[in-house]
Amino acid sequence: MGGIVRGLCCVFAVVSALTTAAHARPQNAIVLATTTSTQDSGLLDVLVPRFEKESGIEVKVIAVGTGAALRMASTGDADVVLVHAPDAEKKYVGDGDLVEGRPVMHNDFVIVGPPEDPAGVRGSKAIAEAMKAIAARAGFISRGDDSGTHKQELALWAAAGVDPRSLAKREETGQGMGATLNVADQKRAYALTDRGTYLALRKRLGLTIAFEGDPTLLNIYHVYVVNPAKHKNIRIEGARAFVAFLVSPVIQQVIGDFKRQEYGQSLFFPDALPRRQ
Amino acid sequence: MSELLDGMRQSWGLLAGSRSGVAVIAARTVLISGAATILAVLIGVPSGYAIARTRFRGRTLVLGFINTAMGMPPVVVGLVVWLLLVRSGPLGYLDLIYTRGAMVIAQFLIATPIVVGFTVASLQALPPRLPDLLAVLGAGRLRTIWLLAREAKLGLLVAVMAGFGGIISEVGASMTVGGNLERSTRVLTTAIVTETSRGEVERALALGVLLLALSFAVNLTLTVIQQRRRA
Repeated sequence: MGGIVRGLCCVFAVVSALTTAAHARPQNAIVLATTTSTQDSGLLDVLVPRFEKESGIEVKVIAVGTGAALRMASTGDADVVLVHAPDAEKKYVGDGDLVEGRPVMHNDFVIVGPPEDPAGVRGSKAIAEAMKAIAARAGFISRGDDSGTHKQELALWAAAGVDPRSLAKREETGQGMGATLNVADQKRAYALTDRGTYLALRKRLGLTIAFEGDPTLLNIYHVYVVNPAKHKNIRIEGARAFVAFLVSPVIQQVIGDFKRQEYGQSLFFPDALPRRQ
Repeated sequence: MSELLDGMRQSWGLLAGSRSGVAVIAARTVLISGAATILAVLIGVPSGYAIARTRFRGRTLVLGFINTAMGMPPVVVGLVVWLLLVRSGPLGYLDLIYTRGAMVIAQFLIATPIVVGFTVASLQALPPRLPDLLAVLGAGRLRTIWLLAREAKLGLLVAVMAGFGGIISEVGASMTVGGNLERSTRVLTTAIVTETSRGEVERALALGVLLLALSFAVNLTLTVIQQRRRA
Protein backbone atom coordinates (compact mmCIF):
# COMPACT_ATOMS: atom_id res chain seq x y z
CA MET A 1 0.00 0.00 0.00
CA GLY A 2 2.69 2.44 1.09
CA GLY A 3 4.57 1.58 -2.08
CA ILE A 4 1.63 2.49 -4.26
CA VAL A 5 1.09 5.74 -2.47
CA ARG A 6 4.77 6.52 -2.72
CA GLY A 7 4.71 5.59 -6.40
CA LEU A 8 1.80 7.91 -7.05
CA CYS A 9 3.55 10.64 -5.08
CA CYS A 10 6.67 10.19 -7.22
CA VAL A 11 4.63 10.45 -10.41
CA PHE A 12 2.81 13.47 -9.08
CA ALA A 13 6.03 15.04 -7.88
CA VAL A 14 7.78 14.54 -11.21
CA VAL A 15 4.79 15.81 -13.17
CA SER A 16 4.48 18.89 -11.00
CA ALA A 17 8.21 19.45 -11.23
CA LEU A 18 8.02 19.21 -15.02
CA THR A 19 5.14 21.67 -15.20
CA THR A 20 7.07 23.95 -12.90
CA ALA A 21 10.04 23.78 -15.22
CA ALA A 22 7.96 24.20 -18.37
CA HIS A 23 6.16 27.32 -17.25
CA ALA A 24 7.87 30.58 -16.66
CA ARG A 25 8.99 30.28 -13.07
CA PRO A 26 8.75 33.06 -10.59
CA GLN A 27 12.06 34.82 -10.20
CA ASN A 28 12.35 33.94 -6.56
CA ALA A 29 11.61 30.21 -6.48
CA ILE A 30 13.91 27.22 -6.63
CA VAL A 31 13.17 23.51 -7.02
CA LEU A 32 14.81 21.23 -4.45
CA ALA A 33 14.84 17.57 -5.42
CA THR A 34 15.47 15.41 -2.38
CA THR A 35 14.75 12.04 -0.83
CA THR A 36 11.72 10.97 1.15
CA SER A 37 13.79 10.48 4.30
CA THR A 38 14.57 14.17 4.72
CA GLN A 39 10.91 14.95 4.18
CA ASP A 40 9.47 12.16 6.37
CA SER A 41 11.73 12.96 9.30
CA GLY A 42 10.35 16.49 9.37
CA LEU A 43 13.79 18.06 8.97
CA LEU A 44 12.84 20.03 5.87
CA ASP A 45 9.80 21.42 7.65
CA VAL A 46 12.24 23.13 9.96
CA LEU A 47 14.88 24.19 7.43
CA VAL A 48 12.86 25.29 4.40
CA PRO A 49 10.57 27.86 6.06
CA ARG A 50 13.59 29.36 7.80
CA PHE A 51 15.49 29.66 4.51
CA GLU A 52 12.47 31.18 2.78
CA LYS A 53 12.08 33.73 5.54
CA GLU A 54 15.77 34.67 5.62
CA SER A 55 16.33 34.81 1.88
CA GLY A 56 12.95 35.67 0.43
CA ILE A 57 13.39 32.75 -1.97
CA GLU A 58 10.59 30.21 -2.23
CA VAL A 59 11.61 26.52 -2.21
CA LYS A 60 9.53 23.93 -4.02
CA VAL A 61 10.44 20.66 -2.35
CA ILE A 62 10.09 17.56 -4.52
CA ALA A 63 10.65 14.55 -2.25
CA VAL A 64 11.24 11.41 -4.30
CA GLY A 65 13.63 8.46 -4.21
CA THR A 66 17.32 9.28 -4.55
CA GLY A 67 17.36 7.86 -8.09
CA ALA A 68 14.45 10.01 -9.18
CA ALA A 69 15.97 13.10 -7.56
CA LEU A 70 19.21 12.56 -9.49
CA ARG A 71 17.31 12.06 -12.74
CA MET A 72 15.56 15.41 -12.17
CA ALA A 73 18.99 16.99 -11.96
CA SER A 74 20.12 15.33 -15.20
CA THR A 75 17.10 16.71 -17.05
CA GLY A 76 17.51 20.18 -15.57
CA ASP A 77 14.19 19.95 -13.74
CA ALA A 78 15.66 20.86 -10.37
CA ASP A 79 17.94 23.67 -9.25
CA VAL A 80 19.42 22.03 -6.20
CA VAL A 81 19.48 18.42 -4.96
CA LEU A 82 19.96 16.96 -1.47
CA VAL A 83 20.61 13.21 -1.76
CA HIS A 84 22.32 10.32 0.02
CA ALA A 85 23.76 7.89 -2.52
CA PRO A 86 27.44 8.83 -2.95
CA ASP A 87 28.12 6.06 -5.49
CA ALA A 88 25.20 7.06 -7.68
CA GLU A 89 26.03 10.75 -7.30
CA LYS A 90 29.51 10.24 -8.79
CA LYS A 91 28.06 9.46 -12.20
CA TYR A 92 26.07 12.69 -12.27
CA VAL A 93 29.03 14.71 -11.09
CA GLY A 94 31.11 13.03 -13.80
CA ASP A 95 28.51 13.86 -16.45
CA GLY A 96 28.58 17.50 -15.39
CA ASP A 97 24.98 17.64 -14.20
CA LEU A 98 25.85 18.29 -10.58
CA VAL A 99 28.41 20.86 -9.42
CA GLU A 100 29.58 22.56 -6.25
CA GLY A 101 28.80 19.56 -4.04
CA ARG A 102 29.12 19.83 -0.28
CA PRO A 103 28.62 17.22 2.44
CA VAL A 104 25.74 18.35 4.67
CA MET A 105 25.06 15.69 7.24
CA HIS A 106 24.80 11.97 7.84
CA ASN A 107 22.64 9.57 9.69
CA ASP A 108 23.21 5.87 10.02
CA PHE A 109 21.92 2.35 10.11
CA VAL A 110 22.23 0.32 13.29
CA ILE A 111 21.92 -3.39 14.06
CA VAL A 112 19.33 -3.96 16.77
CA GLY A 113 18.73 -7.16 18.69
CA PRO A 114 17.57 -8.69 21.97
CA PRO A 115 19.06 -7.00 25.06
CA GLU A 116 20.81 -10.23 26.14
CA ASP A 117 22.64 -10.29 22.77
CA PRO A 118 22.45 -14.07 22.14
CA ALA A 119 24.76 -13.91 19.12
CA GLY A 120 27.42 -11.96 21.00
CA VAL A 121 27.36 -9.15 18.44
CA ARG A 122 28.23 -6.39 20.87
CA GLY A 123 31.94 -7.16 21.03
CA SER A 124 32.35 -7.08 17.24
CA LYS A 125 35.08 -4.83 15.85
CA ALA A 126 33.57 -4.43 12.38
CA ILE A 127 30.22 -4.87 10.73
CA ALA A 128 31.33 -7.99 8.82
CA GLU A 129 32.19 -9.65 12.11
CA ALA A 130 28.80 -8.70 13.54
CA MET A 131 26.96 -10.10 10.51
CA LYS A 132 28.93 -13.36 10.70
CA ALA A 133 28.10 -13.69 14.41
CA ILE A 134 24.40 -13.27 13.68
CA ALA A 135 24.58 -15.72 10.78
CA ALA A 136 26.20 -18.33 12.99
CA ARG A 137 24.14 -18.00 16.14
CA ALA A 138 20.85 -16.12 15.87
CA GLY A 139 17.83 -15.15 13.85
CA PHE A 140 17.66 -12.12 11.58
CA ILE A 141 14.53 -10.39 10.33
CA SER A 142 14.86 -8.69 6.95
CA ARG A 143 12.63 -6.12 5.28
CA GLY A 144 12.69 -8.17 2.09
CA ASP A 145 10.84 -5.39 0.27
CA ASP A 146 13.53 -4.11 -2.10
CA SER A 147 13.83 -0.87 -0.11
CA GLY A 148 17.04 1.06 0.45
CA THR A 149 17.39 -0.59 3.85
CA HIS A 150 16.90 -4.04 2.32
CA LYS A 151 19.57 -3.28 -0.30
CA GLN A 152 21.93 -2.10 2.41
CA GLU A 153 21.35 -5.32 4.34
CA LEU A 154 22.10 -7.47 1.27
CA ALA A 155 25.29 -5.47 0.69
CA LEU A 156 26.33 -6.13 4.31
CA TRP A 157 25.83 -9.90 3.92
CA ALA A 158 27.79 -9.83 0.66
CA ALA A 159 30.63 -7.92 2.31
CA ALA A 160 30.66 -10.45 5.16
CA GLY A 161 30.82 -13.33 2.68
CA VAL A 162 27.52 -14.80 3.87
CA ASP A 163 24.80 -16.00 1.52
CA PRO A 164 21.61 -14.75 3.21
CA ARG A 165 19.56 -17.42 1.41
CA SER A 166 21.54 -20.08 3.23
CA LEU A 167 20.56 -18.83 6.69
CA ALA A 168 17.87 -20.99 8.27
CA LYS A 169 16.94 -18.34 10.83
CA ARG A 170 16.73 -15.34 8.50
CA GLU A 171 13.19 -14.34 7.58
CA GLU A 172 11.82 -11.67 5.24
CA THR A 173 8.69 -9.76 6.24
CA GLY A 174 8.05 -7.98 2.96
CA GLN A 175 6.80 -5.11 5.11
CA GLY A 176 7.94 -1.70 6.33
CA MET A 177 10.52 -0.87 9.00
CA GLY A 178 8.05 -0.64 11.89
CA ALA A 179 6.39 -4.01 11.19
CA THR A 180 9.80 -5.62 10.67
CA LEU A 181 11.07 -4.33 14.02
CA ASN A 182 7.94 -5.74 15.69
CA VAL A 183 8.67 -9.18 14.28
CA ALA A 184 12.34 -9.01 15.30
CA ASP A 185 11.26 -7.95 18.79
CA GLN A 186 8.82 -10.85 19.20
CA LYS A 187 11.12 -13.42 17.61
CA ARG A 188 14.12 -12.26 19.69
CA ALA A 189 16.02 -11.76 16.47
CA TYR A 190 18.32 -9.11 15.02
CA ALA A 191 17.45 -6.54 12.36
CA LEU A 192 19.01 -3.71 10.38
CA THR A 193 17.21 -0.40 10.81
CA ASP A 194 17.77 3.28 10.25
CA ARG A 195 18.41 4.97 13.55
CA GLY A 196 15.48 7.37 13.21
CA THR A 197 12.79 4.71 12.93
CA TYR A 198 14.31 2.72 15.77
CA LEU A 199 14.43 5.80 18.03
CA ALA A 200 10.84 6.67 17.20
CA LEU A 201 9.61 3.15 18.12
CA ARG A 202 12.11 2.30 20.84
CA LYS A 203 9.68 2.78 23.72
CA ARG A 204 7.49 -0.19 22.81
CA LEU A 205 10.29 -2.47 21.61
CA GLY A 206 12.52 -4.71 23.73
CA LEU A 207 15.28 -4.33 21.15
CA THR A 208 18.54 -2.57 21.91
CA ILE A 209 21.34 -1.40 19.64
CA ALA A 210 23.76 -4.30 19.22
CA PHE A 211 26.13 -2.73 16.71
CA GLU A 212 26.68 0.79 15.40
CA GLY A 213 29.31 3.15 14.11
CA ASP A 214 30.90 1.22 11.25
CA PRO A 215 31.66 3.58 8.32
CA THR A 216 29.73 1.35 5.89
CA LEU A 217 26.59 1.96 7.94
CA LEU A 218 26.69 5.68 7.23
CA ASN A 219 24.11 7.40 5.12
CA ILE A 220 25.85 10.53 3.86
CA TYR A 221 23.85 13.45 2.47
CA HIS A 222 25.38 15.81 -0.10
CA VAL A 223 23.88 18.95 -1.55
CA TYR A 224 24.63 19.99 -5.15
CA VAL A 225 23.54 22.73 -7.47
CA VAL A 226 22.49 21.70 -10.96
CA ASN A 227 25.05 22.89 -13.53
CA PRO A 228 23.78 26.10 -15.14
CA ALA A 229 26.34 25.71 -17.92
CA LYS A 230 24.68 22.44 -18.97
CA HIS A 231 21.02 23.11 -18.27
CA LYS A 232 18.87 26.08 -19.15
CA ASN A 233 16.89 28.17 -16.71
CA ILE A 234 18.68 27.01 -13.58
CA ARG A 235 18.13 29.51 -10.77
CA ILE A 236 21.75 29.46 -9.83
CA GLU A 237 21.73 32.32 -7.31
CA GLY A 238 18.86 30.82 -5.37
CA ALA A 239 20.44 27.35 -5.52
CA ARG A 240 23.79 28.68 -4.26
CA ALA A 241 22.04 30.60 -1.50
CA PHE A 242 20.35 27.38 -0.37
CA VAL A 243 23.65 25.46 -0.33
CA ALA A 244 25.32 28.26 1.64
CA PHE A 245 22.41 28.21 4.06
CA LEU A 246 22.66 24.42 4.65
CA VAL A 247 26.40 24.46 5.36
CA SER A 248 26.35 27.58 7.53
CA PRO A 249 27.42 26.98 11.14
CA VAL A 250 24.06 28.10 12.52
CA ILE A 251 22.05 25.68 10.39
CA GLN A 252 24.53 22.87 10.92
CA GLN A 253 23.83 23.32 14.62
CA VAL A 254 20.07 23.24 13.94
CA ILE A 255 20.50 19.96 12.00
CA GLY A 256 22.46 18.37 14.84
CA ASP A 257 19.86 19.46 17.39
CA PHE A 258 16.88 18.31 15.32
CA LYS A 259 14.65 16.13 17.56
CA ARG A 260 17.58 15.50 19.88
CA GLN A 261 15.53 16.52 22.91
CA GLU A 262 12.74 14.17 21.93
CA TYR A 263 14.91 11.09 21.26
CA GLY A 264 17.87 11.73 23.53
CA GLN A 265 20.25 11.54 20.57
CA SER A 266 20.64 13.15 17.17
CA LEU A 267 18.80 11.91 14.07
CA PHE A 268 21.23 13.70 11.75
CA PHE A 269 24.87 14.56 12.38
CA PRO A 270 26.18 17.74 10.72
CA ASP A 271 29.13 17.20 8.37
CA ALA A 272 29.85 20.66 6.94
CA LEU A 273 31.48 22.05 10.06
CA PRO A 274 35.25 21.92 10.37
CA ARG A 275 35.99 18.72 12.27
CA ARG A 276 36.96 19.04 15.88
CA GLN A 277 39.48 16.55 17.12
CA MET B 1 -9.14 -7.36 -22.53
CA SER B 2 -6.47 -9.03 -24.68
CA GLU B 3 -3.89 -7.00 -22.76
CA LEU B 4 -5.16 -8.48 -19.53
CA LEU B 5 -4.98 -11.98 -20.99
CA ASP B 6 -1.50 -11.29 -22.32
CA GLY B 7 -0.52 -10.04 -18.90
CA MET B 8 -1.85 -13.20 -17.33
CA ARG B 9 0.02 -15.40 -19.77
CA GLN B 10 3.25 -13.55 -18.99
CA SER B 11 2.48 -13.84 -15.30
CA TRP B 12 2.23 -17.61 -15.53
CA GLY B 13 5.63 -17.60 -17.17
CA LEU B 14 6.96 -15.50 -14.30
CA LEU B 15 5.55 -17.84 -11.69
CA ALA B 16 6.62 -21.02 -13.41
CA GLY B 17 10.06 -19.78 -14.33
CA SER B 18 11.11 -18.05 -11.15
CA ARG B 19 10.84 -18.67 -7.45
CA SER B 20 9.89 -22.19 -6.57
CA GLY B 21 8.45 -20.64 -3.41
CA VAL B 22 5.09 -20.03 -5.06
CA ALA B 23 4.04 -23.68 -4.83
CA VAL B 24 5.06 -23.73 -1.17
CA ILE B 25 3.09 -20.56 -0.46
CA ALA B 26 0.04 -21.98 -2.23
CA ALA B 27 0.21 -25.27 -0.31
CA ARG B 28 0.70 -23.39 2.97
CA THR B 29 -2.33 -21.20 2.20
CA VAL B 30 -4.59 -24.22 1.67
CA LEU B 31 -3.23 -26.02 4.76
CA ILE B 32 -3.70 -23.04 7.11
CA SER B 33 -7.16 -22.08 5.85
CA GLY B 34 -8.14 -25.75 5.57
CA ALA B 35 -7.16 -26.46 9.18
CA ALA B 36 -9.01 -23.35 10.38
CA THR B 37 -12.10 -24.36 8.38
CA ILE B 38 -12.09 -27.92 9.77
CA LEU B 39 -11.84 -26.56 13.33
CA ALA B 40 -14.57 -24.02 12.60
CA VAL B 41 -16.82 -26.80 11.29
CA LEU B 42 -16.09 -29.06 14.28
CA ILE B 43 -17.08 -26.28 16.67
CA GLY B 44 -19.49 -24.32 14.53
CA VAL B 45 -21.83 -27.03 13.25
CA PRO B 46 -22.67 -28.52 16.68
CA SER B 47 -23.06 -24.99 18.11
CA GLY B 48 -25.32 -24.08 15.22
CA TYR B 49 -27.31 -27.26 15.78
CA ALA B 50 -27.73 -26.46 19.47
CA ILE B 51 -28.86 -22.92 18.73
CA ALA B 52 -31.24 -24.03 15.98
CA ARG B 53 -32.85 -26.89 17.96
CA THR B 54 -33.20 -25.38 21.41
CA ARG B 55 -35.01 -22.43 22.90
CA PHE B 56 -33.37 -20.47 25.69
CA ARG B 57 -33.40 -16.99 27.15
CA GLY B 58 -31.34 -14.56 25.15
CA ARG B 59 -31.31 -16.82 22.09
CA THR B 60 -32.22 -13.96 19.76
CA LEU B 61 -29.48 -11.87 21.30
CA VAL B 62 -26.96 -14.68 20.69
CA LEU B 63 -28.11 -14.96 17.08
CA GLY B 64 -27.76 -11.22 16.74
CA PHE B 65 -24.16 -11.42 17.96
CA ILE B 66 -23.42 -14.29 15.58
CA ASN B 67 -24.91 -12.45 12.62
CA THR B 68 -22.79 -9.43 13.50
CA ALA B 69 -19.68 -11.56 13.91
CA MET B 70 -20.27 -13.05 10.46
CA GLY B 71 -19.38 -9.66 9.06
CA MET B 72 -16.63 -8.82 11.54
CA PRO B 73 -13.63 -7.10 9.90
CA PRO B 74 -10.89 -9.78 9.86
CA VAL B 75 -8.24 -7.18 10.57
CA VAL B 76 -9.94 -6.39 13.90
CA VAL B 77 -9.95 -10.09 14.78
CA GLY B 78 -6.28 -10.12 13.83
CA LEU B 79 -5.51 -7.17 16.05
CA VAL B 80 -7.23 -8.76 19.06
CA VAL B 81 -5.44 -12.08 18.49
CA TRP B 82 -2.16 -10.19 18.09
CA LEU B 83 -2.70 -8.41 21.42
CA LEU B 84 -3.44 -11.74 23.11
CA LEU B 85 -0.47 -13.59 21.63
CA VAL B 86 2.39 -11.07 21.78
CA ARG B 87 4.99 -11.84 24.39
CA SER B 88 3.67 -9.12 26.69
CA GLY B 89 0.07 -10.31 26.18
CA PRO B 90 -1.95 -12.72 28.35
CA LEU B 91 -1.20 -15.72 26.09
CA GLY B 92 2.33 -14.65 25.28
CA TYR B 93 3.79 -17.66 27.10
CA LEU B 94 2.46 -19.89 24.29
CA ASP B 95 5.06 -18.33 21.98
CA LEU B 96 2.61 -18.46 19.08
CA ILE B 97 2.86 -14.96 17.62
CA TYR B 98 4.11 -14.88 14.01
CA THR B 99 3.52 -18.59 13.50
CA ARG B 100 1.13 -20.61 11.36
CA GLY B 101 -0.64 -21.63 14.59
CA ALA B 102 -1.50 -17.98 15.28
CA MET B 103 -2.89 -17.70 11.75
CA VAL B 104 -5.06 -20.79 12.24
CA ILE B 105 -6.43 -19.32 15.50
CA ALA B 106 -7.28 -15.98 13.87
CA GLN B 107 -8.84 -17.61 10.80
CA PHE B 108 -10.78 -20.04 13.01
CA LEU B 109 -12.26 -17.07 14.91
CA ILE B 110 -13.24 -15.42 11.63
CA ALA B 111 -14.76 -18.56 10.09
CA THR B 112 -16.64 -19.94 13.09
CA PRO B 113 -19.44 -17.32 13.24
CA ILE B 114 -19.94 -17.77 9.50
CA VAL B 115 -20.28 -21.55 9.91
CA VAL B 116 -22.60 -21.18 12.91
CA GLY B 117 -24.79 -18.63 11.14
CA PHE B 118 -25.23 -20.72 8.00
CA THR B 119 -25.78 -23.89 10.04
CA VAL B 120 -28.56 -22.30 12.07
CA ALA B 121 -30.18 -20.95 8.92
CA SER B 122 -30.03 -24.28 7.08
CA LEU B 123 -31.37 -26.32 10.02
CA GLN B 124 -34.17 -23.87 10.67
CA ALA B 125 -35.16 -24.18 7.03
CA LEU B 126 -36.05 -27.85 7.65
CA PRO B 127 -39.69 -28.70 8.51
CA PRO B 128 -39.96 -27.90 12.25
CA ARG B 129 -41.59 -31.24 13.10
CA LEU B 130 -38.97 -33.36 11.33
CA PRO B 131 -36.99 -34.23 14.51
CA ASP B 132 -40.13 -35.33 16.32
CA LEU B 133 -41.10 -37.41 13.32
CA LEU B 134 -37.68 -39.08 13.27
CA ALA B 135 -38.00 -39.81 16.99
CA VAL B 136 -41.42 -41.35 16.47
CA LEU B 137 -39.99 -43.50 13.71
CA GLY B 138 -37.50 -44.84 16.25
CA ALA B 139 -34.33 -42.91 15.40
CA GLY B 140 -31.95 -42.43 18.33
CA ARG B 141 -30.47 -39.08 19.22
CA LEU B 142 -27.26 -39.47 17.19
CA ARG B 143 -29.14 -40.99 14.29
CA THR B 144 -31.56 -38.02 14.38
CA ILE B 145 -28.65 -35.58 14.17
CA TRP B 146 -27.12 -37.51 11.30
CA LEU B 147 -30.40 -37.63 9.37
CA LEU B 148 -31.01 -33.92 9.96
CA ALA B 149 -27.51 -33.11 8.78
CA ARG B 150 -28.14 -35.13 5.63
CA GLU B 151 -31.36 -33.25 5.02
CA ALA B 152 -29.62 -29.92 5.59
CA LYS B 153 -26.60 -30.96 3.47
CA LEU B 154 -27.07 -28.18 0.92
CA GLY B 155 -26.99 -25.48 3.55
CA LEU B 156 -24.25 -27.07 5.66
CA LEU B 157 -21.90 -27.27 2.69
CA VAL B 158 -22.66 -23.63 1.94
CA ALA B 159 -21.58 -22.99 5.54
CA VAL B 160 -18.26 -24.77 4.91
CA MET B 161 -17.66 -22.99 1.61
CA ALA B 162 -18.52 -19.58 3.02
CA GLY B 163 -16.20 -20.15 5.98
CA PHE B 164 -13.32 -21.34 3.81
CA GLY B 165 -13.89 -18.61 1.21
CA GLY B 166 -13.94 -15.97 3.92
CA ILE B 167 -10.55 -16.88 5.33
CA ILE B 168 -8.54 -17.99 2.30
CA SER B 169 -9.20 -14.56 0.75
CA GLU B 170 -8.50 -12.70 3.99
CA VAL B 171 -5.33 -10.60 4.31
CA GLY B 172 -5.49 -8.27 7.33
CA ALA B 173 -5.49 -10.83 10.14
CA SER B 174 -2.99 -13.10 8.38
CA MET B 175 -0.58 -10.20 7.94
CA THR B 176 -0.99 -9.02 11.54
CA VAL B 177 -0.65 -12.30 13.41
CA GLY B 178 1.49 -14.19 10.86
CA GLY B 179 3.89 -11.40 10.00
CA ASN B 180 4.11 -12.41 6.31
CA LEU B 181 7.42 -14.21 6.95
CA GLU B 182 8.67 -15.49 3.65
CA ARG B 183 9.62 -18.96 4.77
CA SER B 184 6.98 -19.72 7.37
CA THR B 185 3.86 -17.56 7.34
CA ARG B 186 3.58 -15.93 3.92
CA VAL B 187 0.32 -16.93 2.25
CA LEU B 188 -1.08 -15.99 -1.15
CA THR B 189 -2.96 -12.88 0.00
CA THR B 190 -0.06 -11.43 1.99
CA ALA B 191 2.33 -12.29 -0.85
CA ILE B 192 0.08 -10.28 -3.18
CA VAL B 193 0.34 -7.28 -0.85
CA THR B 194 4.13 -7.56 -0.78
CA GLU B 195 4.52 -7.95 -4.54
CA THR B 196 2.16 -5.03 -5.16
CA SER B 197 4.06 -2.72 -2.83
CA ARG B 198 7.30 -3.76 -4.51
CA GLY B 199 5.79 -2.72 -7.82
CA GLU B 200 5.80 -6.33 -9.11
CA VAL B 201 2.25 -5.96 -10.38
CA GLU B 202 2.41 -8.86 -12.84
CA ARG B 203 3.57 -11.26 -10.17
CA ALA B 204 0.88 -9.96 -7.83
CA LEU B 205 -1.74 -10.52 -10.52
CA ALA B 206 -0.49 -14.05 -11.18
CA LEU B 207 -0.70 -14.86 -7.47
CA GLY B 208 -4.24 -13.48 -7.48
CA VAL B 209 -5.21 -15.78 -10.33
CA LEU B 210 -3.61 -18.70 -8.50
CA LEU B 211 -5.61 -17.85 -5.37
CA LEU B 212 -8.83 -17.78 -7.39
CA ALA B 213 -7.94 -21.09 -9.02
CA LEU B 214 -7.30 -22.75 -5.66
CA SER B 215 -10.48 -21.36 -4.20
CA PHE B 216 -12.38 -22.58 -7.25
CA ALA B 217 -10.89 -26.07 -7.00
CA VAL B 218 -11.86 -26.44 -3.34
CA ASN B 219 -15.33 -25.04 -3.84
CA LEU B 220 -15.89 -27.17 -6.92
CA THR B 221 -15.08 -30.28 -4.90
CA LEU B 222 -17.51 -29.24 -2.18
CA THR B 223 -20.15 -28.38 -4.76
CA VAL B 224 -19.81 -31.80 -6.38
CA ILE B 225 -20.43 -33.37 -2.94
CA GLN B 226 -23.31 -31.00 -2.35
CA GLN B 227 -25.05 -31.68 -5.65
CA ARG B 228 -24.47 -35.43 -5.71
CA ARG B 229 -27.64 -37.48 -6.24
CA ARG B 230 -29.68 -34.35 -6.51
CA ALA B 231 -29.95 -33.55 -10.19
